Amino acid sequence: MLYHENVSVIRNESLTNDIYDMRFRSRDISAAAKPGQFINVYCNDSSRLLPRPISICEVNGEEIRIVYRVAGKGTKELSGIRPGEKINVTGPAGNGYDVDMINQTYSSVMLFGGGVGIPPMVELSKRLKIKTDVFLGYRDCLFLNEDFCDDANIHIATEDGSAGTRGNVLDALKASGVDADLICACGPLPMLRAIKKYAEESGKKAYYSMEERMACGVGACLGCVCKTVEKDGHSKVNNTRVCADGPVFDASAIII
Amino acid sequence: MNEDSKMPDMSVEIAGVKWKNPVTVASGTFGSGIEYADFVDLNGLGAVTTKGVATYPWEGNDTIRVAETTGGMLNAIGLQNPGMETFIERDIPFLNKYDTVKIVNVVGKTLEEYVEAVKMLSGQPVDMLEINISCPNVKEGGIAFGQDPKAAAEVTRAVKEVSEKPVIMKLSPNVTSIQKMAGAVEEAGADAVSLINTLTGMKIDIQKKTFLLANKTGGLSGPAIKPVAVRMVYEVAQAVNIPIIGMGGICCAEDAIEFMLAGATAVSVGTANFHNPKVTIEIVEGIKKYLLDNNIENVNDLIGAVR
Repeated sequence: MLYHENVSVIRNESLTNDIYDMRFRSRDISAAAKPGQFINVYCNDSSRLLPRPISICEVNGEEIRIVYRVAGKGTKELSGIRPGEKINVTGPAGNGYDVDMINQTYSSVMLFGGGVGIPPMVELSKRLKIKTDVFLGYRDCLFLNEDFCDDANIHIATEDGSAGTRGNVLDALKASGVDADLICACGPLPMLRAIKKYAEESGKKAYYSMEERMACGVGACLGCVCKTVEKDGHSKVNNTRVCADGPVFDASAIII
Repeated sequence: MNEDSKMPDMSVEIAGVKWKNPVTVASGTFGSGIEYADFVDLNGLGAVTTKGVATYPWEGNDTIRVAETTGGMLNAIGLQNPGMETFIERDIPFLNKYDTVKIVNVVGKTLEEYVEAVKMLSGQPVDMLEINISCPNVKEGGIAFGQDPKAAAEVTRAVKEVSEKPVIMKLSPNVTSIQKMAGAVEEAGADAVSLINTLTGMKIDIQKKTFLLANKTGGLSGPAIKPVAVRMVYEVAQAVNIPIIGMGGICCAEDAIEFMLAGATAVSVGTANFHNPKVTIEIVEGIKKYLLDNNIENVNDLIGAVR
């Protein structure tokens, strides 16, 4: 079930130069939300028609937290919204992670988040009951690294070497010597491809959160698709909808 | 005083099919309604128009398939669809739970494929067919039939021959004279026309110095194209006697009323669904309010009232 609501923004602050942290309250969306799902956020300026899909970072009671990068005019508009102002949202959209299955099937997990792929890992780590190592990849400025639950081991990589391991999340993994049964990853395509290679070589099960340009954000328009290995049950071709059937996919089911 | 007696008559009739109100959705923006049923009571729509369906599943184009533009969007989905067999098993039974007119949008790459798809719909509980001869995003078929009056007439005649249902021909704005296209399909037996499909456009990524859409070009939709669409509906209304379903950038009741005054019997809401998933029902209510506020008893009084 998806809910379309006009919600009041509680908080909207910058975490770094271009990363913003927004909170709003919705009883229905928060009750249904799973880690890995996203919120379609609509611009109030109606010359910008399409919703911005932004992943859920945290759910605290009835409060939803989304963390996003200002990448264009739409997200720039969102960054200017002040507490008390209203926005339209639809959510929780997409499939999200099957946390119960992960807790029951695996004994340890590595979460990889790169850039704005980091936010969904916060809520995911909170709900996982198994040994969790989190690898966070940044260009330079850190954000959300202190928001993970205390039980999770945090490993940081920065491209400029200003914090943690210099390089990417796989460099941080090598430096840590950590190993686990399962991989969950969200981030830019080059990062996912590198993790895919590592997962295949080490024979690990992996789930990826995919990103694609979306239009409707609810599964109707088929604008955002990802190639699949087998014919997809919904589309009957080797394409699956990122917004409705994803964004979380079993790594062995998709071609990236 | 009975409140109901004051309610304006919102129903319209197209090719003998009665709609409870003049509002439907533009093909491709609403799936078969399944994804919008969380937001909209489909019983409240005059009709549901499905995403285009072909005889067999189509993969569609590579991504990137969509791009936002100022007041609009470009799409080059390429008519990805699951094929008629799945559509009949999954989508038609879903639609049949609702009391609304069901319009199936049919696509094909050859004349034979259009005919075959229409034949496959024989005996199915749907009310009307909309034949898409105007998609700018597939190489074969589609637009090839939509830019030549002779070819458009040929498709119209062929599907009319095998269709049990009224046939709506969906017209492209990417032509020199949309009046000629409308005239050609009317003469060939079309029961109605719908217009406009998207305008061919392009967006370039200046950082990567490449086309933004994998297909290079895409169809422009949304409020940016509305004045073009209103003008074309008006022109076609002057040229043909069959009903017109008007569309192109309709975002609110005022937009819908403009199309009806220009000559449309009904309207389709497309890209606006992406900005507000409840917009269709809001438009139905808005038209009703306009009629009440202006003491108009019957929505049909709007059709073509501006000459």
